[in-house]
Parts: sequence; structure tokens; C-alpha cells
Amino acid sequence: MKPKIILEGEQLEVTITRLCHQLIEVHDQFQNSVIIGLQPRGIYLSKRIHQKLCAILKNKNIKLGELDTTFFRDDFRRKELIPNKTNIDFIIEEQNVVLIDDVLFTGRTIRAGLDAMLAFGRPKDVELLVLIDRRFSRHLPIQAKYIGKTIDSIESQKVKVEWQETEGKDRVTLLTDKD
Amino acid sequence: MSSLSVNHLLGIKYITKADIELILDTAKNFKEVINRPIKKVPSLRDITVANLFFENSTRTKLSFELAQKRLSADVVNFAASSSSVKKGETLVDTVNNILAMKVDMVVMRHSSPGAAVFLAKKVKAKIINAGDGAHEHPTQALLDAFSIQDKLGNLKGKKVVIVGDILHSRVALSNIFCLQKLGAEVMVCGPQTLIPKHIESLGVKVELNLRKALEWCDVANMLRIQLERQDIKFFPSLREYTMLYGLDMNLLQSLSKKILIMHPGPINRGIEISSEVADSDQSIILEQVENGVAVRMAVMFLLAGRIN
Repeated sequence: MKPKIILEGEQLEVTITRLCHQLIEVHDQFQNSVIIGLQPRGIYLSKRIHQKLCAILKNKNIKLGELDTTFFRDDFRRKELIPNKTNIDFIIEEQNVVLIDDVLFTGRTIRAGLDAMLAFGRPKDVELLVLIDRRFSRHLPIQAKYIGKTIDSIESQKVKVEWQETEGKDRVTLLTDKD
Repeated sequence: MSSLSVNHLLGIKYITKADIELILDTAKNFKEVINRPIKKVPSLRDITVANLFFENSTRTKLSFELAQKRLSADVVNFAASSSSVKKGETLVDTVNNILAMKVDMVVMRHSSPGAAVFLAKKVKAKIINAGDGAHEHPTQALLDAFSIQDKLGNLKGKKVVIVGDILHSRVALSNIFCLQKLGAEVMVCGPQTLIPKHIESLGVKVELNLRKALEWCDVANMLRIQLERQDIKFFPSLREYTMLYGLDMNLLQSLSKKILIMHPGPINRGIEISSEVADSDQSIILEQVENGVAVRMAVMFLLAGRIN
């Protein structure tokens, strides 16, 4: 069976543009707001969104950081984890933080991200933005405020997000075991 | 690769190049962590580590303890001078008693070479060798490699000279193994009496003249003269040693290129290295200490990943 394509090309671009406009509705010029992408795969979406926001708002001063959650995960020693780089050169004290990841599944990465983030200050408010929300599969009471697309999937399936920058094309596919 | 090939860190001899690279890569992430406003991560919150120091140590013990605390591990400390070792208990019994209190990892320094290897065969916990006699001191070699890499990039082809008391130095042996595995060229330099016989068989160059050695290298690692391990005289006087093998500013500035100066500590100012050199901008001695915490965090994080 061919893998099911959830989003690709122009459709993905439209979705990202919509997410940016939803963010602008709430955060205005991002004067008190920062964007933090979660390692390893959320950073590509956060860079895209940051780029687009800067272009729409004609504001190059929107803060963007990359956060690694490895050392804060609750599944350390249950599976192999590879740490990635954390790159946040600002303090999030009293800021509105938009946390960005590509796929929201069990919610455990976001839980670890919320913990990891606190090393950089106490934010005023935290929102979650995801490209794909795999609903009905949450292990924790975590929901995204901004969602690219909601999908129904079973646990054995996998959502693969590919980016022009790394894989050469923008595409989101739903893979089953056989794929 | 994302996990080590070994269950213990007993020496650099027993680990692969990929293991070393994994530890150094992980240490980069921990260096960023320890420079945050909040320097603690919860990774090892369910792990208990025992620091068993059968031999005196200040910085290694402090560095391990800080690393453990920054990883949120529970720590118990043990110093041989105030323990039942004095009452005649054997090493295995001492450690097994500590492990019966549900300890997952042991950091051990011991004066007998091979003590860590012996212990790893006898007990269940993960063992980290923090120095065993004149044998190995793997975390020191890893932090030295990390510090060089941090300053000069990839170690492949870099030239490192280790100067001083090679004969009694566990730092020298671990450094030789580590640097060679990473592709660096290693030279040892010191009085003939303090250079072990047949050390060339490890693939290192031997140079008795300090100036020639320094002209050759990119990095000089100055070792301390370990008077406490020398039961016979290996050179006529400290004054003569300093004249022939001490690094001072005149010598450093007369070299044709700028080299990095390292020292594993504790420094004997005015003997193997002058104060001006130790405090100069070419010296990375204090950076080594900072990197030591990050490297030890990486080692314990990766070994803890192998606890079932």
C-alpha cells in the first residue's frame, strides 16, 4: 500500500501561512513574544514560521530559539536518546512563548520541553503550535493551540515530516508498519 | 551511534574511537547546560552514585560530585581515610556493602593499577575509573581531548606533547590512548629516567629536549612531578628539573608559533610551569576544569543509559 500523503507542496505552504496569521492575531508584532522550536524535528517548522513572520511583519527582531528536551525526558533508559543542541540566547522571563513541534503525539516531548524551558526563566504564557496533531493518542493532558492539520491514526502508524532543507521536498506522510 | 560499546569506563584502552566521539559530542551539550542560568537537568534523578576515593583527590572528586549533582543523581561520598578499610575490610567487601544500599554507579580512585577492572568483574554496578595508580585516568584524557577540540577543532593530525613525569602518570597513558584514537600525533618529553622503557611501542615519539618538543607541537600538556610516587630520586634536584623541563615565558615567547598550554592540575607554580605561563592567554588550564564537569556529566549520562 502506498503511504498516505497528508500534506505537501503548496498545501503545506498555505497551512504554514495560516498558522503565521493566527499567531499574528494573538502576538501582534511579537514585541513580548518569542518562538522556540523543539529539537530535533520541530526546529525546521519553527525556522519556516519565523522566516514567514519576519517577512509578513517586516520585523527582523522576532526572537527564535532551539530547545533540546533529551535531558528532561521521562523515557531515558527506556530507549536510546541522542541529545541535540539547545540554542537560546535570550531569557524568556515574562515573555509569551510559542513552543513549536512538527507532530503532537503522546505529549511527552512537550512535557519535557515545558520543563527544559524553565532553565531560561519563568514565561508569562506558553502556547503550543504543531503542524500535525495525532488526536486521541495523548498520554498527558496537553493540547496545541495552533494546529496545521488534525489526523486520526493508530499507535503503530508513524507520521513522517520531510522538509525541503533536509530531505529535498516538503511533505507529510502517514506510514503504516508495512511502509 | 547513540550508545557506548561498554558498560563501564575503566580506561581509554577499553573504549573505541566511536565511544570517545560520542562522549565528546554529548559533553558539548552538557557544556551548554552548565552555562545556563539554571544548571541542573533531571536525567539521573533515579540513580545513586557512590564516589569511592581510596586515594586523595580534590578537583576530580569535586568535578565528579558537581557533575552528579547537575544531573540530579543522589550522591554518597566515601573517603578511605575515615572508613572500615582501616579495619581490614577488602575492596570487594567494601563495595558490595555499599551496593547493598542500592547504589547504581561507582566512581572509584585507587592507588592500585587495575583496581577498577578488578571491581568491574566482581560487582554489578557501573564502574567509572577516576584514576588507578599509574595506570589510567580516562575522564582526564577525555576532558583534555575535549578542551583541545574546543580550541583547535578536529584532533586528526594535531601534534601534542606530554611533558614531565611520564613514568608515574596515569594522565599520560590515558592521554596517549585517547589522542591516538582520535588521530593526533603524540610525543612525550622529560628526563630519560622519567620516560618509561619501550614507550615507543605505543607509537609515541620521545624527545629529551624541551625546546625541540615545543617547536614540534601544537599543544603542550605539562605534567606535575609526582614526588609522592617517587620512592627513589629520578633527577638530581627540582631546581635542575625546572631549568631543563620547566616552561617559562622566555621559552614560550621564543617559539616560532603560538601553542596551547594545558595542565591537569594541581600546578606546582615555578617547577614545571611558571606563573606567567599558567596565567597567560595561551593557557587553557581553567577551561580544562570547566570542561571536566561537562565531560563527566556526559560519561555518567551515557553509562546510566545502559542501566537496565
